[in-house]
Order: sequence, then C-alpha cells, then structure tokens
Amino acid sequence: MKSDWRARAHPAWWAFAVHRISGLLLTLFLPLHFLTLGVALNGEAALQSALVWTEQPLIKAGEVVLVLLLAAHMAGGIRLLMLEFLPWRNWQKSLLALAAGLTVVAGGAFLMNLV
Amino acid sequence: MNTLRVKIWRGREQGALQEFEVPRRESQTVLDVVTHVQRALDPTLAYRFACRVGMCGSCAMSVNGRARWTCRTHVDQVIEGDTLEIAPLTNLPVIKDLVADMSEFFDKWARARGQFQPTATRKDEFARVRPDSSEREQVDAGIECIGCGVCYASCDVVTWNPDYLGPAALNRAWTLVNDVRDGARDERLGAVAGDAGCQACHTHMSCTERCPKKISPTAAIAGLKRATLGALLAGRI
Repeated sequence: MKSDWRARAHPAWWAFAVHRISGLLLTLFLPLHFLTLGVALNGEAALQSALVWTEQPLIKAGEVVLVLLLAAHMAGGIRLLMLEFLPWRNWQKSLLALAAGLTVVAGGAFLMNLV
Repeated sequence: MNTLRVKIWRGREQGALQEFEVPRRESQTVLDVVTHVQRALDPTLAYRFACRVGMCGSCAMSVNGRARWTCRTHVDQVIEGDTLEIAPLTNLPVIKDLVADMSEFFDKWARARGQFQPTATRKDEFARVRPDSSEREQVDAGIECIGCGVCYASCDVVTWNPDYLGPAALNRAWTLVNDVRDGARDERLGAVAGDAGCQACHTHMSCTERCPKKISPTAAIAGLKRATLGALLAGRI
C-alpha cells in the first residue's frame, strides 16, 4: 500500500515540495532568460525592444514571482546544507522558519522597490 | 458521542475498508478499538500486537493516513469527527487485513550491516566508554528504536525506490558507526553508501516527524552522509 497526502502534511515535507517546484520552474526560466539576452546578438535595437517588452505589468509581476522562487530555492538549499553538514541540533523547524522568513523578506524587498 | 465509526482495511494488497461501530470509552487507544472489533464483532480480523505498552514495536498501523504505534495512540488524539480509518503500514506487503509483512524491513537492517562486529574477546577488559563522549551521545540519540516500522512506512523515498534501506536501518547503522568497540566501521559505511543508501535521502523528515520514540533518523542519515564522504575522501571505501 502507498501513503497519501495525509502522511505528508508536515512542514519539512512542504519545504521539500517548495524546493523541488521552485527548482523545476527556475530550470524552465533559465533558457528563456538566455534567449532574451541572446537577442543582443541581433543588435542594440533588438535588445531594447525585448527590454521594453518586459516592462508589461504581467511580466513585472512575473519578476516578483521569480525573485520569490530564487529566494525560496536558495534559502531552502542553505537550510539543507546546514542540516547535513553542520553538527545536528534540534533546529530543523527553526531553520525552516528562517528559510521561509528570508524568502518573504527577499520577495517583499523586491516588491517595494518596484512600487 | 458514544459510538465510533471505524473503517478497517480488509483483504490483502487488494481489498476495501469495512465499517464497524465500536463503543467509545475513556482513555481508549486505537489498539483497544481494533481489539474490540476482533473480539466482539469479527473474529476473522487479523492484526498484530504484543506488549501493549510501547516497547515491542509490533502494533504500528496507519491511522487516519499516518503511521502510528496504536497501543500508545489515544483515540482522542487522532479522531476526525467520529471516524477512525485504520489500515496496515504503507510501503510493506500486506499479509492480511492490518498485518504488514516486515521481512524486507528487517532484511534491510542486515543489508545496512546492522550487526555489531566485536573487536575484543571475553578475556579482554571491559571497554570503557564515557557517557559524555560525543560518540556515546550520538549512540544514545538513536539507540531506543523499537523497530516498529513507522518511519519506514512514512518515508517517500522508500515508496519511490523500493531498494532504499530506509530510516530505521540507517539509524541502526549510525549507532554502530559511533560504537567505539565496533570493528566494521568502513565495511558498514560502504554498505550504506550509494543509490539505495544514505545519499538517497531527500530530507523530507517524515521519519523524524512520525517516530513515536522521538528519534531523528534524519540526523543519523546526515551523519552517515558526512561519514561516508570522509571515508571516500580518505580512500577507505
């Protein structure tokens, strides 16, 4: 028999899910990012039009999501490295809260800069 | 509320939940509920228990979707409305009803070199291990495992990779890696390294979350990851 979602309903599993999903989405974003930068090879005007295109409100909102994904993935990764490489203490939940806090702060800071 | 609605898994891998009505009592444990069903309602119900006091590790089941030791789980702690859902442990073959086949679970303890390898004979002096030494403290943190299989049933990596040794076997290996009297440290680190070993852990920490003895197999697995890396860099495995 297999477990269902009820067995997974705890913070460390959610942290895993956030780390995995953010990682996958960032993997999808990277080629798009390089593609946009690659437009510069076609000249200054082409890059400029691509940059103007990114000024749309939807893309701007997407940037906030991107920063949140990056912050979540980095904070989650640092959390895992600390859990695995530093001497163990019963700090897993504190580390989790710290990683979540860092993510929100990074996203918030980016958002406020936009306004 | 004087009656519990209890849904219990009947059958083997294929089967269905069967509903029973069980009288609600004060300080009733989930094991009490199952015992009532077997003794008063349906004697063909198969389940496993021995000590009833949280020592033997026999009575673990899935209760409302989470693996638990049923003898020390009060109905009050887990009931949702007036309903309890009781099923065999996940990640293990079902023998019948609530009885899971633990063979693979314990075979993996052996595969993780869970046996102590003595280095002294009976003619030698007693080994002196200071209780406050860091190795002994690491052993103390993991040694109270009762082998109930709750961590193994809760582990998604076991579901994804059936060869994965699992939290309990790795926790056992870690207690022996820290046993200064043991003579098979490197062989054991070799046995727990690799795709089916400690490196496969995704740090979901479901084992740590669910262990009824409050052991953290995740801590043991993190220790094994560091120790295997050290042994690899030193060319010992």
